[in-house]
Amino acid sequence: MSWNVELHARVGALDLNVAIDGNDTPTVLVGPNGSGKTTLLRMIAGAHRPSSGRIRIGSMVVFDSNEDVDVPPEARQVGYVPQGFGLFPHLPVTDNVAFGLSVGRRRQRRSDRRDAAASLLADLGCAHLAERMPSELSGGEKQRVALARALIVQPKLLLLDEPLATLDPGSRRKLRTFLADHLKTKRGPAIVVTHDVRDAEVLGGELFVLEKGRIVQHGTAEELRAEPATDFVAEFFDTPQSDIRGMA
Amino acid sequence: MHTFRGTPLLPSLLAWGSSLALLALIVLPLLALGLSSSPSELIAGVRHPLFLPALSLSARTTLTSLAIVVATGTPLAWWLAVGPPRYTRVVELLVVLPIVIPPAVLGVAMLQTFGRRGIFGPFFEAIGVQVPFTTVAVVLAQVVVAAPFYVESAAIAFRRVDVDLVLVARTLGASPAVAFFRVAVPVASAGLLAGAALSYARSIGEFGATLLFAGNLPRTTQTMPLAIYTALEADVRAALAISLVLVGIAIVLLFVVRIGPQALSSWAPQRSDSGLEGPQS
Repeated sequence: MSWNVELHARVGALDLNVAIDGNDTPTVLVGPNGSGKTTLLRMIAGAHRPSSGRIRIGSMVVFDSNEDVDVPPEARQVGYVPQGFGLFPHLPVTDNVAFGLSVGRRRQRRSDRRDAAASLLADLGCAHLAERMPSELSGGEKQRVALARALIVQPKLLLLDEPLATLDPGSRRKLRTFLADHLKTKRGPAIVVTHDVRDAEVLGGELFVLEKGRIVQHGTAEELRAEPATDFVAEFFDTPQSDIRGMA
Repeated sequence: MHTFRGTPLLPSLLAWGSSLALLALIVLPLLALGLSSSPSELIAGVRHPLFLPALSLSARTTLTSLAIVVATGTPLAWWLAVGPPRYTRVVELLVVLPIVIPPAVLGVAMLQTFGRRGIFGPFFEAIGVQVPFTTVAVVLAQVVVAAPFYVESAAIAFRRVDVDLVLVARTLGASPAVAFFRVAVPVASAGLLAGAALSYARSIGEFGATLLFAGNLPRTTQTMPLAIYTALEADVRAALAISLVLVGIAIVLLFVVRIGPQALSSWAPQRSDSGLEGPQS
């Protein structure tokens, strides 16, 4: 399944102007702070309306300024995992994961949706977390639960905003491999925002570099490493960002 | 714990002295109120013809005004929290105006709006409806003076709700209304409850605006504070009994404001345990 995003938007001081094509392999989005990565994900999810452009996910056009199409977030079939994971703090893990089956057209009976949540949690190796509250989870556990919650509605496009950024180095390594394996076996399209070159390399797929709202370079990690187009790209591959952050 | 530790002796004594004086000024009248009435006087006060009608009217009007404040104030507070700042700042200023305007002035202003010679006077006269000096006026006055406390607390609570939580709920299939009620409201519930309690406390004690706009008519507009005012001229025991009921309600509300939010958000982390939360901030 393919998807493509072509949009222009002004958000505060940011002039976002991007065109990205993607397929079943994960698309990795990197860029300095304030380059518009989160804004782009939120626009794809439907939180902000771009000034112009077109967003297609599979066969469904979810936004088209020329045709006046602007599908609301609940009908876009995207799975969104924001920075910090966005778990609903007032709901235990099972109800967080089952949320997508308790609302809208996918609504199921309580026992059915709890069964579905339990089985997905088991798939992701966190069945034992079912009755905990989000505040009782570690960063890595939150990440898996948030992923389960996004996957339960079988989204056509998964949007992961810095899914590994807040984890300690140990969990980060483990979850990076877990996430890469998961995305490979599912073969579902995903956009993964990251600050870490190792995330980009392990997740594979096409890499897009966003700077000041523009895609300045794209290609595989090897291609970008071989011929970095900007200082940021050169630095990104020279020095593992997490090491710098770890020392800070 | 030693608040004035480290200050020289004389200023420290002065600070302690003035603080104790202020505390005494706040607490002593309440103590006096509690100590000044014997049980038999209290029973006589409760049996006074002013007591029950005022209690009943206060209960009905304040519960009605609370319902109106919550029903209309919640969406307004949400808009204040997420709407475009250039508009919300102005509207928020208008909403909190009644906090700083004297209640008596609000009463006059409401008369000028709904009274016979007010701007809507001819309209209400034409449809045969009288607003001033009715129970409806009591409720309206309470709504106006109390709503700012609720709306302000609710807006602050909603501003603390991570916008991504609502977006996640939407991507999972929730309509805007469902995302609001299933996610934003529960997450903000502690602030909403505190705001509702503060607003209720303000409306049950409302006096000035009610007196001017609704009058002091037994069974129709004579709420408990107005009944105290009337009773003081006739039978101080009734005034004391009503006062003690109001103090009791106030203590309950204080508990709701202080303890309710903690109880409601028992799911929230007590401390940012791992430092992993809140990268949005």
